[in-house]
Amino acid sequence: MIAELGHFGLALAVAFAIAQGILPLWGAHRGEARLMQVAPALALGQMIALGISFGCLVWASVADDFSVLNIAENSHTLKPLLYKITGAWGSHEGSILFWCLILAICGGLVALFGGPLPASLRARVIGVLGLTACGFELFALLESNPFARLWPPPLDGRDMNPLLQDPGLAFHPPILYFGYVGMAVPFAFAVAALLEGRIDAAWGRWVRPWTLAAWCALTGGIALGSWWAYYELGWGGFWFWDPVENASLLPWLTATALLHSAIVVEKREALKTWTVLLAIGAFAFSLSGTFLVRSGILNSVHSFANDPARGVFILGLLAIIIGGSLLLFALRAPKLGASGLFAPVSREGAIVLNNILLCSIAAVVVTGTIYPLFADLLLDTKISVGPPFFEATVLPLACPIFFAMALGPFMSWKRAALAPALMKLWWVALVALIVGIVAKMGMHAVPAFAMGGAAWMILGAFADIIERIRLFRVSPANSFHRLIGLPLSSFGTTLGHAGLGITVAGIAGMSLASETIVLLHPGEHAQVAGYDVKLVELHDAKGSNYNARVATLEITRDGRPVVTLAPERRSFTTQTMTTTEAKIHTNLLRDLYMVLGEEREGGAVLRLHHNPLAPWIWLGALVMALGGGCSLADRRLRIAAPTRAAAAKAATNKAARA
Amino acid sequence: MTRKRRRLIVLLACGLGLGSAAALTLSAFSDTLELFVPPSRIATDAPHGGRAFRLGGLVEAGSVERVSVAGQPAARFRVTDGGATVSVEYVGILPDLFREGQGVVTLGSLRPDGVFKAQEVLAKHDENYMPKDVADALKKSGNWHPETGAAPPAAALWNDPQTKITKAGS
Repeated sequence: MIAELGHFGLALAVAFAIAQGILPLWGAHRGEARLMQVAPALALGQMIALGISFGCLVWASVADDFSVLNIAENSHTLKPLLYKITGAWGSHEGSILFWCLILAICGGLVALFGGPLPASLRARVIGVLGLTACGFELFALLESNPFARLWPPPLDGRDMNPLLQDPGLAFHPPILYFGYVGMAVPFAFAVAALLEGRIDAAWGRWVRPWTLAAWCALTGGIALGSWWAYYELGWGGFWFWDPVENASLLPWLTATALLHSAIVVEKREALKTWTVLLAIGAFAFSLSGTFLVRSGILNSVHSFANDPARGVFILGLLAIIIGGSLLLFALRAPKLGASGLFAPVSREGAIVLNNILLCSIAAVVVTGTIYPLFADLLLDTKISVGPPFFEATVLPLACPIFFAMALGPFMSWKRAALAPALMKLWWVALVALIVGIVAKMGMHAVPAFAMGGAAWMILGAFADIIERIRLFRVSPANSFHRLIGLPLSSFGTTLGHAGLGITVAGIAGMSLASETIVLLHPGEHAQVAGYDVKLVELHDAKGSNYNARVATLEITRDGRPVVTLAPERRSFTTQTMTTTEAKIHTNLLRDLYMVLGEEREGGAVLRLHHNPLAPWIWLGALVMALGGGCSLADRRLRIAAPTRAAAAKAATNKAARA
Repeated sequence: MTRKRRRLIVLLACGLGLGSAAALTLSAFSDTLELFVPPSRIATDAPHGGRAFRLGGLVEAGSVERVSVAGQPAARFRVTDGGATVSVEYVGILPDLFREGQGVVTLGSLRPDGVFKAQEVLAKHDENYMPKDVADALKKSGNWHPETGAAPPAAALWNDPQTKITKAGS
């Protein structure tokens, strides 16, 4: 019954989405205000219907309703409650429903907060969102119904892949999906602008917060996924250049470019056409990121479903959405009008450089990701494009970005000079050089160079703030006043840029990682990077749906105890699968990472890693997302500002009259 | 600065960016691509000179030996695609999903004595335990016929037939 209710909710949402995709667009085309005004109500209706539908799926999962195929295949009575809830978006069918729900929530938010938008623009944005949602909801309804029944129901379910039963992964998909789907809003704005044939600063002001929010979620989602791979897969690596990882990196790169070019649209009314194209591109990459990989076309560890029928439907949908919007772009973009002028050396110029480089990186990553597919289809050779390719191509393109990143904020709009900006950064360059030289003593050339680059980026980001508050040039109190007076968005820029620097430092530090594989019997010792590891004992333990073998390791350094870690190997009873639970001790400067392998000859095979600066990789991403949050907070203030000013004016008028 | 000149500069910058991207891609392609080679084609297709490639096939049942190489725990096993067999040596911990009789892809290079020295063993969490490349190679060498014979069951069922679930409608 609950499942049927959910199914009905999904069907209802499709009906809402069809109406939402047709009526407002038609109304905006004909200039009929009444048709345009139904848009918000339809968007909210769709959101509520899908909310009910997804709620039913969660309910069925928590209640262990194994007559629902999706639940029988992915759940189990013994599965902990948290994973019963998160399992609702862990399966293929559930994740597509969840994807649709987030898209509907985005539509609902535009409907709720889009009041100040011009009526026709709002109607068109909501209409485009409706059309997009309609496609994917139809897919969920026709091809991947999460509520399909199973008869006779099994006594118990098949349980979820134990690797996915992890708190990190429980929240990785929703955050990542918010990032992916959030890009639908800038996309809808871009298509709506093409339909309207007009883009102005207000458009840029609307697109930016949505891009920022989606970008923050994407950054957080990618970092969480990478962190999960680091501690759960037990290989000690954090980024494998797997197609799925690349598929999440591509929208991130384009969204980062969009984030910057939207500033130019808003502040200078330049780069309009380009920004529209980027918004379309970012969403196109988001779509392919979610669906192309999951459809099993690309060979990846993440492809859950290899179902050709689904693949064809998804490919068709992608072709319609991406091809259609690009066609519209080709037809209408010339009408968007000329943009403002600027000199090559200027803030705009710096942002154009950022965009060119980010898009070049994206192009390289796309090539590396889909080349094996082409080689297989056209040349009939099986080829893998591994990390060496991406390292050789991405690094050289990223270096100029790292260099320009610190300079960009020092450039003025329209026309700037390079020399004064460089002069202001002399001390940053000096420190970066020293850091690089010191790092060279213990590292290879490339990581040492990256360490210097990281110092340049982090200090360069803060140099912008220091310059603005005129630290050491005016009294400290005056500086403090200026600091408080700074808009939040300048902290956003600083944190965003510094965060990337921190991540780069972390990645460079990982090049010093050392690992040893040893066979230890209880009581024996091993050494890793100056730490002494003693295997105390091995014992069995029992979890809610698994049995574990636990090794107790006592780690000391120069005779002083550091920590006791207990890595595990878990055998999951239902899926007859073993997972490695690495145990990590971090002091924010290095990770000690211990993995228990198989047992032989009464001893245990252990892999001991020492990973310098590893936590910085994810810390940097967190700082970046925080920076995005700062800018977002600032933006909201500024959007509210005119209304508040108007209210204040009205109040003074009233006072004057009284 | 006229509009035309600005456009020229932007176009030049774009060309430079994409051009260097293309140049980097082409130069990296020539020496970083990893070829996938099944055991029966190793004599003809395997790259020489210690260059890394991917060897994929089924782990021969009963072939896995735990040994110790230079004081480090290692494993030796044989990889087959029905036509030929290659010995593989790997120093390290085999992944959780490594099983005898199941698909595996290893990355490494061929030693002069004909033993494949693996740097990485990828038995990733694919739910069929059958990497796509391996499945295609088996089909090509005629040792697996999905149309006539039954496909290998899903990985989760391999070791425990009792949990088998009949799908609705199939």
